[in-house]
Amino acid sequence: MIRTEGLTKRFGSVVAVDGIDLDVREGDRYGFLGPNGSGKTTTVRMLLGLVFATSGRIELLGQPVPGRVRRALVDVGALIEGPAAYGHLSARSNLMLMDAAGPSGHHGERRTRRTRVAEVLEQVGLDAVGRRPVKAYSLGMRQRLGLAAALLRKPRLLVLDEPTNGLDPQGIREVRDLLVSLNEQGTTVFLSSHLLTEVEALCTRIGVLDRGRLVLQDDLANLQRTTGRVLVRTPDPDIAAAVLDGQLDHRDGDRLVVRGIAPEDLTAQLVKAGARITEVVGERQTLEDVVLSVTSSGSDRVTGGTAPRFTGRRRPS
Amino acid sequence: MIAVELTKLLRRPRTWISIALLCLLPTIVAIFLAVTDVAPRPGEGPAFLSAVLANGALFPAAALGIVLPLFLPVAVAVVAGDSVAGEANTGTLRYLLVRPVGRTRLLVAKLASVMAFLLIAVIAVATTAFIVGTRLFVPEPNSPAAIVTGLSGSTLTKEQLAWRTAMVILYIAWSMLGVAAVALFLSTVTDSGLGAALGALAVLVMSQVLVTLDAASSIKAYLPTRYWLAWVDFFRDPILWRDIERGLVVQGIYVVVLLAMAWANFMTRDITA
Repeated sequence: MIRTEGLTKRFGSVVAVDGIDLDVREGDRYGFLGPNGSGKTTTVRMLLGLVFATSGRIELLGQPVPGRVRRALVDVGALIEGPAAYGHLSARSNLMLMDAAGPSGHHGERRTRRTRVAEVLEQVGLDAVGRRPVKAYSLGMRQRLGLAAALLRKPRLLVLDEPTNGLDPQGIREVRDLLVSLNEQGTTVFLSSHLLTEVEALCTRIGVLDRGRLVLQDDLANLQRTTGRVLVRTPDPDIAAAVLDGQLDHRDGDRLVVRGIAPEDLTAQLVKAGARITEVVGERQTLEDVVLSVTSSGSDRVTGGTAPRFTGRRRPS
Repeated sequence: MIAVELTKLLRRPRTWISIALLCLLPTIVAIFLAVTDVAPRPGEGPAFLSAVLANGALFPAAALGIVLPLFLPVAVAVVAGDSVAGEANTGTLRYLLVRPVGRTRLLVAKLASVMAFLLIAVIAVATTAFIVGTRLFVPEPNSPAAIVTGLSGSTLTKEQLAWRTAMVILYIAWSMLGVAAVALFLSTVTDSGLGAALGALAVLVMSQVLVTLDAASSIKAYLPTRYWLAWVDFFRDPILWRDIERGLVVQGIYVVVLLAMAWANFMTRDITA
């Protein structure tokens, strides 16, 4: 759906995007991660033909960008750096105008406009908003309106830059559910965000941008592989520690970190030794660990110690 | 896309407020003239105003003369300057372009909506002035004032007057298109509509100053505002075409060059707003 080769953008002497090779496949929920200022938005703008690349190639839905970007854009819905609308008009009028501005035909027929607008307003939960002008909307409502505009023509590809900005937790969940259900109906989702948790909760594939370079691109499942260590909680840590002598990596009260043994074997050993068990899980890398290990600004801050952080963030297998 | 832009123009309160203000100024002038009966002496003040007191039928032309030097250019510069930069400022420009609307199409639609605005504005001023003028300055029947005389002293029939006023409207609209082209070009350069409008006005002020400066007489004929007042020649008998024709040509060159610059700039520009 999106493919770039050596995509580079310079603003004067500043290299905003530095030779990135993106590969977003049909059906992906692609999470484009990176700290603020890493070049995400510039990349998104280049993909959509708003900003012209200094060098490199872009293919959007099989069409070269910017050469034939308009052929591709009819199948793309986008939310770029926050929503925008005409403040003196209502949500409905805004969507009607936006749709009328686009090319006719191809899910943009005039006679279906009214129904399509009503449909997307309902999809994003703005159907009851009435005739109020957009300038009276809250940030969350504007965000929903921006999403509605992106969905107006049933796009094959959704390009969303920080779509949950300004939404409350309830709204974030709603948007995530909406995106998942659209994706299940065949829409590819390209989500650009600096929020790890948001990407981790929604996406199936991850690309990480750091200072203009794509430092990682992989399936989320591959990134969250097990570390080979097992986390144990037991009310009898002394018994367990004695049994596991030599394999124990770390001990913190009733919590133990064990390596070199499968969780099922570990459970059997402990039970045999008479230790009671509260919890046993195989340790997995979190997306946060992976991202921090490949991004420069993050890796500066990771302390030198090897002690694993035994926190609630570790995901059970 | 042109229809969309026209809808946006016509649904915007600002459009109607600025047109109402444009119509208000000549109306105030007319009321003062009618109440006091003190007309500027011929040759002084805005063109035609001295003749208006006798017969209101000339007031549309006089009203255009009143708004032409400042009010009308300001209104046109604001609308044209805001056309692209305003969209960039609210962020809607990027959404229009990815809808997708081609950049050329968008620019043409913007130009069309600006032209629609200035035609509506000029016609609204002329119409209001006609209504106000013919109500307030009623010549006594059979008096010499019942006959409209042009600047050359010969009489104009009603048909001639209507026809010439229509030509004045078109000539002034054409002059304003020059202002619009400057503002539209600047509007593709900056993301601030206000900046573009002020930039266009700065160009006009500069041109006005140079027009009156004898030392700049060598370039006078090429200044955009040099022939703005040539519409007065429509009321001579016969019509004095020389300055009108030159005005049309100079203005046309400015319009073509600036629109080409606007287009070239907009096509190659990174939209980062």
